[in-house]
Amino acid sequence: MMSGSVVDNTVSSGNSSAAIPTDISGQILDLDEDDDLEVFSKDTTLTDGSSFNASMQTSPASMINQYKFEEDADTKDIFVTVDNPESHVTAIETYITYRVMTKTTRSEFDSSEFEVRRRYQDFLWLKGRLEEAHPTLIAHPLPEKFVVKGMVERFNEDFIETRRRALHRFLNKIAEHPIFSSSEDFKIFLTAASGELTSHKKQGPGFLSRMGDTVKAVAAAVRGVRNRPQEFTEMQEYVEAFSQKISSLDKVTQRIVREQKEYLEELKECGPTYALWSQSEEELAEPLKNVAGCVDRCCKETEEQVKNLSDHLIPVLHEYVLCADTLKAVLRRRDNIQADFEAKTEALATKKADRDTESKVLSLAWASLVGRFPEEVKQQKIKGEIKEMRNDLDKAEDRLEWANNALKSDWTRWQKVMRTDLRSAFVDTAERNVSYYEKCLAVWESFLHSQRTDAEGNGKVDFS
Amino acid sequence: MYCLKTQITKECSKSSQNGPMMKRIAMQSYKNESCNDSCNQDGIKEQIFELRDPSGMVEKGTSLLKKMEISVAEAEKRTGKNAVNMQETYTVYLIETRPVDAASEGTNPVLDSLWKRYSEFELLRNYLLVTYPFAVVPPLPEKRAEFVWHKLSADNMDPDFVERRRVGLENFLLRVASHPVLSSDKIFYLFLTEADSRLKALNATFRVKNPDKRFAEMKHYGDELQSVISQLLRVRARAADRLYGVYKVHGNYGRVFSEWSAIEKEMGDGLQSAGHHMDAYAASVDDILEEEEHYADQLKEYLFYADALRTVCRKHELTQYELEMAVQDLTSKKQQREELATGTIRTFSLKGMTSKLFGQETPEQREAKLKMLETQIEEGEEQVKERNAECDEFVKSAWVDIERFKEQKDHDLRESLISYAIMQISMCKKGIQVWNNAKECFNKM
Repeated sequence: MMSGSVVDNTVSSGNSSAAIPTDISGQILDLDEDDDLEVFSKDTTLTDGSSFNASMQTSPASMINQYKFEEDADTKDIFVTVDNPESHVTAIETYITYRVMTKTTRSEFDSSEFEVRRRYQDFLWLKGRLEEAHPTLIAHPLPEKFVVKGMVERFNEDFIETRRRALHRFLNKIAEHPIFSSSEDFKIFLTAASGELTSHKKQGPGFLSRMGDTVKAVAAAVRGVRNRPQEFTEMQEYVEAFSQKISSLDKVTQRIVREQKEYLEELKECGPTYALWSQSEEELAEPLKNVAGCVDRCCKETEEQVKNLSDHLIPVLHEYVLCADTLKAVLRRRDNIQADFEAKTEALATKKADRDTESKVLSLAWASLVGRFPEEVKQQKIKGEIKEMRNDLDKAEDRLEWANNALKSDWTRWQKVMRTDLRSAFVDTAERNVSYYEKCLAVWESFLHSQRTDAEGNGKVDFS
Repeated sequence: MYCLKTQITKECSKSSQNGPMMKRIAMQSYKNESCNDSCNQDGIKEQIFELRDPSGMVEKGTSLLKKMEISVAEAEKRTGKNAVNMQETYTVYLIETRPVDAASEGTNPVLDSLWKRYSEFELLRNYLLVTYPFAVVPPLPEKRAEFVWHKLSADNMDPDFVERRRVGLENFLLRVASHPVLSSDKIFYLFLTEADSRLKALNATFRVKNPDKRFAEMKHYGDELQSVISQLLRVRARAADRLYGVYKVHGNYGRVFSEWSAIEKEMGDGLQSAGHHMDAYAASVDDILEEEEHYADQLKEYLFYADALRTVCRKHELTQYELEMAVQDLTSKKQQREELATGTIRTFSLKGMTSKLFGQETPEQREAKLKMLETQIEEGEEQVKERNAECDEFVKSAWVDIERFKEQKDHDLRESLISYAIMQISMCKKGIQVWNNAKECFNKM
């Protein structure tokens, strides 16, 4: 989790001109288009999570997302997947790597397909770099390092799968972001061989300079912002409230899953009990066996329903809980930039005031004691200092303006994305619930039908 | 549930001469949760169990209770091997008896205690049923735990259930002990005082030798039906409990969506209306479970029917038993006659021995005896004829009714299963509707 302490207040010049991906129309690769269509069908066998085709494993919703979210009607020209986790054992440690595949038509890439292996640390590095470069842009959250509650093993299958999906979503969100996706670090992440990546990681601002930035950031944070523009205050209030609501939804959903699991445990005993009963009966044996079968089938559907919630809704909600934290951090960083600017403004004003007072006082004193020469030197010195400070201030002002604008536009983009993501997640959940009930309905209707044909055949029961 | 304690304190003051005895019958930690009175007069929560007919019973010919105090003081879990050599866990209850000596009220006389399990109480009751067919024998508490879904106790090992059963068993013993006829039964007394129950042996002796196979099968079926319906009711109740939880938690969605919609501009309406549907979903479970209770009631009816079925089978056993006893009696009398007539002693009898030791009887005595025997044999043959007729009559009419019952049961239970399916369908349809509505609202987000 990124906190304010790793803020790099210097904007690397390479990023100050936001590179918008070149518009490459036309080339949508067939492979993924077919997958898209298949995912929309009602055929539930395709949503079987055991296949490693990651684009099928994202919900239909996020596939819509990847398609619809092209503000400039750009066609998507980069496709990233994360799959195939493998464990690596070295003398020092054991860790998991994931295969990251990229297919792209962008010209800044040397070829159109790449395949690399990356570990969680590499993703962390990438996110850190992106945030350093753009402190007030909103990056999608990474899955957490480890689950604190529940003592989940790092190498547990479910945990790895959940993490893999989240990493996949992370990279895709970066790829969709107009500014992040053109980052050099992102490109290197996607394309470099492991050795290259390691050496590239070693570049970048050195430890000492990072320390200096941290100190500056802390100092800025302590100082606080004096005149935060209203819109950012409103943003902060929104983020607070949003954070609470989305956390609640996360908790509620987890509670639902728990309750459903317990319901399932009890329901599992019903079928066998009906079956047991059927063994003591003659006439009733058949309907009882039938009911037992129906209950068992409903159990299976319920089991799938629970899995769906866990696999689809909960991860999305959880990510937006993390998003809320990211937003808070972004707002903090923006505040720090403003605080820094304000501090520098003050410092300059103070220096100027000093210069004026000093020149008055000194000219009288020095004039009497010493010749004019040293005073001029002093004045020159102060003039120089002031000039430097003004440069710094200008830079800080630019930085602030850049940060504010970046945040404002990214805020709009983020809200759109959030809205789309959450809407599709809930629509998806509602659809799955409908499907669940439809399946159970069919089960019981078939039972009724069988009893009707039986009874009417035997002339026993009147169903009017 | 009315508060027993206030009832009892009233009764205690009425029958004050029985005060010490009544007070001594203590129920440890009986939880009467719905009791709103501040019933905590005694320091320890000693509640006094009231005998429901307080007026006369205790004072009249209840020799046993005047002599001893009876209580079922504790319950404990045991594990052991059962009849088919499988491990099982069961509960045993501690029967404590203490002789009442009004004069030495103060000193603690010797306490007899022994552990018995529920099935032994059952044996005792069956014995009483057969031995005193005219008596309305007090009932035992439930064999299996209750199965209403909103109650938490659902299995035989549940401490609340065990406690309630302990109370029920104590009640049973007190009732038998205060019954004018039953209380003087020797076997009952031995049950209370001797660990090694003779009941098992006794049960064997009055087991019927030639019961009608069909009735034996019916009885077995009755047992199975009762067992499986109990299990079904239990499982169903637990599942209903859980389902309730699932639905109700969705109500939280309603609340949070509503709160969230307040901070959103475009998403607000969709969220708000979706929230309403979540509330509706949560609320729908009450009706669903209410309907399911009707289904449960239908099953319960047949649960109790199973008992009635078993009762009929037991009555058959009783008539058969009486027939067999009469036949046995007649046979022994005929044998005696033969012995007297031919002078041979085939069976060992005290009379035979004494006559050997002290001399034969006079011919007149023999004549008189023979005559008596003849009369008895005649009567015996009448009785056998009667009982045979009774048996046949019983078997005939009982079997007709059992056949009728079978048809009714098959029809009714099939109907119940169908109505259960209809209920499930209705629940699914409601679910489909709610989630489709919610989906529309989500789409507007």
